[in-house]
Order: sequence, then C-alpha cells, then structure tokens
Amino acid sequence: MIDRSHVGVQLPVVHWPVEKGRLLAFARAIGEIRPEYTDEAAAMGSGHPSLLAPPTLYFGAELDAGTIQAMMETLGVPIERVLHGEQSFTYERPVHAGDVLTLRSSIADISEKKGGRMEFVTKVTKVTNQRGEAVGEMRSVIVVMNG
Amino acid sequence: MVGEQEINAPVRVGDRLPEMFLPAIDRALLCRFAGASGDPNPIHVDIDFARRAGMPDVFAHGMLGMAWLGRLLTAWRPQASLRSFSVRFMAITHLGNQPILRGQVVELLEVDGRPLARVAVEMLNQYGQLKIQGEALVALD
Repeated sequence: MIDRSHVGVQLPVVHWPVEKGRLLAFARAIGEIRPEYTDEAAAMGSGHPSLLAPPTLYFGAELDAGTIQAMMETLGVPIERVLHGEQSFTYERPVHAGDVLTLRSSIADISEKKGGRMEFVTKVTKVTNQRGEAVGEMRSVIVVMNG
Repeated sequence: MVGEQEINAPVRVGDRLPEMFLPAIDRALLCRFAGASGDPNPIHVDIDFARRAGMPDVFAHGMLGMAWLGRLLTAWRPQASLRSFSVRFMAITHLGNQPILRGQVVELLEVDGRPLARVAVEMLNQYGQLKIQGEALVALD
C-alpha cells in the first residue's frame, strides 16, 4: 500500500531546454516527416520561430530529469510493477526548439481498486515557458500492480 | 498535405479522420523511441528485464502510441488548433503489432465563443484489438 500522505506533495521543479536535435530524433522515432517538425527553415517559413514540438514531446522532460523515477522510489514502488494508465494534455501555447520549459508537478491523488491489488497515482504538471507564459498542463495516471 | 478546400469544408459529427496504418513494431523502433522520448524504463528494450517482470518480451511504450495519435490529429488540423488530448492505455501493444489509428468527430460544441470538435481517437492492432482509446478537443476557427 502506498502511503496516502504523499497526496499533495510537490515534486522537484524541472527546467527543460527544448533541443533541436531532440525534436528531430523524436520526430524520426514516431515517423513524423512534415516540414514544420523536421526542417527548421521550412518551419520558419510558415511562421514558426523554429521547429515545432509534437504535442506529447515534453512528457519526456521529467523522465530526463529523473523526477518520475524519484517519485516512484519515494512512493516505494518498483518500476517493474508500474504501467502507464492514462495521459492527458491541455494546450495553451505551442512549444518550439529553443524554448526552455519549466515543469511543476504534484501528486494529485492516490487510489486503489480490487482491494488494493491495483493502485493509481495521479500526477498533475503545469508547464510554462521561458517568458513565464502558460504552455499547458499534463495529467498522468500511473498504475501500480500489487497482486 | 491537406488542401485549402478540405480545411474549409464544414466539419460534421460522424466525420472520420484519414486513417493511418503503420508497419509492425520492432525492437529497433522501441530503442529509438526510448532514446528520443527520454523513457529509461528497461521493460521496453531489455528482454531479460521484461522476463524478470513476468512479461514474455519487451513491449511498446504507451507514449509511442499517443505520439502516433498526435500525428493523426495534427495531420487533420494544424497543431495550434489542438486544445486538449487525452488517452487511456487499454492493453499492452506487442512486438509485431501493426498499429491502425482512427479518429471520428463525435460532437461539435462551443467554448467561450470558439467552435470546437470533440474527436474520439483509437489505436488498434491488425487483429482489431483495442490498445489505446482517447479524445481530443480541436478548435475549428
């Protein structure tokens, strides 16, 4: 059983530079070939300040920083018992190569089903850019298989 | 490329997004996505780890499927129109699965005076098994 007193805990703030090489590697891995995601000159030609980040890219920011792994350790959950249950994004502004994002996460909820054989950890993340503008919000539900 | 005319055609409930059919998932793809996405979980790339965790083999990252559904949505309307995007990971996507991505407009609504479409999206494999189910709100103005 995960200690419910972790609900409300803030995770360490992450600052994440959005690197061009990373955007290109991500686009290549998901088979995204359109010019706004892969060709900086073409992206700029269509009004973007640089390459456009695909809509799920910055989920990786807290993985890079080790924040999610640290959260699991704090909760006492081994990574091999974890599955990604749900993921959502709301969008306020686009993200481009060259931006520096700030991610502020907290543990919003911990619940269980099937008499504790499955537990659910909900993390909510507010994302802003280097100008302090709201970029969006992420919500992740992580499933922990106990039984 | 979506033509100008298509963009301006009125969106109706029941409209289907152009389907996407992807090649079979292999280990090399999972390695590339692990690196590019930042996901360090060995269960997607290390068969020894996966077996110790009780799985027959490595399997695809949920976020790889969500990224593909993001492609489906942004191929239909520019990414700036995407207001929200949420999914539930319904079942594990295995090596050899050939993803099929589908979307359909299920509701037209107005929020703060802006016309929006609610689009249901899903990812299935070649056997029709549902892997990811979700929805997005897409601005139409």
